[in-house]
Amino acid sequence: MSKALIDLVKKQFGAAVLESHSLFGDDTLVVEASAWRDVSGFLRDDPACQMDMLTDLTAVDYPEREPRFEIVAHFYSLSKGHRLRLKTRTGDEEGDDAEVDSLCEFWASANWMEREIFDMFGVTFKNHPDLRRILLYPEFEGHPLRKDYPADKIQPLIAYRDVPNIEKIAPFSVDEGMSFGRQTHTQPRHDTDDSSVN
Amino acid sequence: MGELKSSSTQIIEPGGAGGAGFATTRLDAVLAWAQKYSLFMYPFVTACCGMEFMSVSSPRYDFSRFGSEAPRFSPRQSDLLWVVGTITQRQAPILKRIYEQMAEPKWVLAFGTCASCGGFYDNYACVAGVDKVIPCDVYVPGCPPRPEAVLDGLMLLQDKIQSGNRTPAIVKPRQDPVVEPNVGLVQLRKSRTSVA
Repeated sequence: MSKALIDLVKKQFGAAVLESHSLFGDDTLVVEASAWRDVSGFLRDDPACQMDMLTDLTAVDYPEREPRFEIVAHFYSLSKGHRLRLKTRTGDEEGDDAEVDSLCEFWASANWMEREIFDMFGVTFKNHPDLRRILLYPEFEGHPLRKDYPADKIQPLIAYRDVPNIEKIAPFSVDEGMSFGRQTHTQPRHDTDDSSVN
Repeated sequence: MGELKSSSTQIIEPGGAGGAGFATTRLDAVLAWAQKYSLFMYPFVTACCGMEFMSVSSPRYDFSRFGSEAPRFSPRQSDLLWVVGTITQRQAPILKRIYEQMAEPKWVLAFGTCASCGGFYDNYACVAGVDKVIPCDVYVPGCPPRPEAVLDGLMLLQDKIQSGNRTPAIVKPRQDPVVEPNVGLVQLRKSRTSVA
């Protein structure tokens, strides 16, 4: 059913479609970042698509890839009852010039979701009406859902009390807890004595 | 009045037993006795522990038995700050301001693991325990704590108020009567007919 949708978009934006797959009703299109706005507008306005609902808009960080971020939008058509996932890729290795067009002009729900992506990943959205942090405070530096943000780095808004032993105590030892997050720590969380091993 | 029978308290009955008597005590002891049974509370409820807080405050567990039922949603009128739930970095200045607005004497109870030490929220967004920001008197561990643990924490705080001890205290786990048989199981009614 939605395979027809993918073919329709491919026919319209053939050169801009990077990949697509359709499996068990799970339909995905990956498009060029430059075509992000046009494809989204087409999906909303075309009588065969009528994607009148933006269910979700989020991002994924793949630090090993170039472009680094994948912006993921989930569309649903209330009138037609079909769904489509649209992705695009943006951002260099440092994640600096990550920028795509805002979808706020098509779906009002994109406003806050794009602000969340900006907050968590540092992807900017062109022509967004009010692009600023939505969950974190303005003083926060960096973007915590980037894979290179240290998992145990905190940025307190107010100074901690001036008493001994107030520093954060690691709740887990080295072999416990979120090992996947520790791989990107700038500094080792626990002092490991390598000299005894060698 | 049992709490006043300390070494500093003396009950004198001049007319013999049953006669009209009087008691002597220290002023700070009677003041602490009054304070510990009139803990006006400020519930700073941010997360799921609030459900358990509602349970403790509702009739089944009913912490009004301990004289602490009156909520005052103005920090200026409250004595006990209940920090119930996770405190994020963004919430921390608000919590600190609430604490600073409370008039002395004031006490803080950290309700649940998140308020006590951050729990598993080992991340960029959360404060690893309210004691990073404000001094804390009693910690009630649990995720969320059982209402019995909260009552234990409240009674622990009352003991601390009576003794004037401001060192932080942690509620210890209760003994499980199943695991520890010497505690003694409460015999539950098996059916309606079996109870004489």
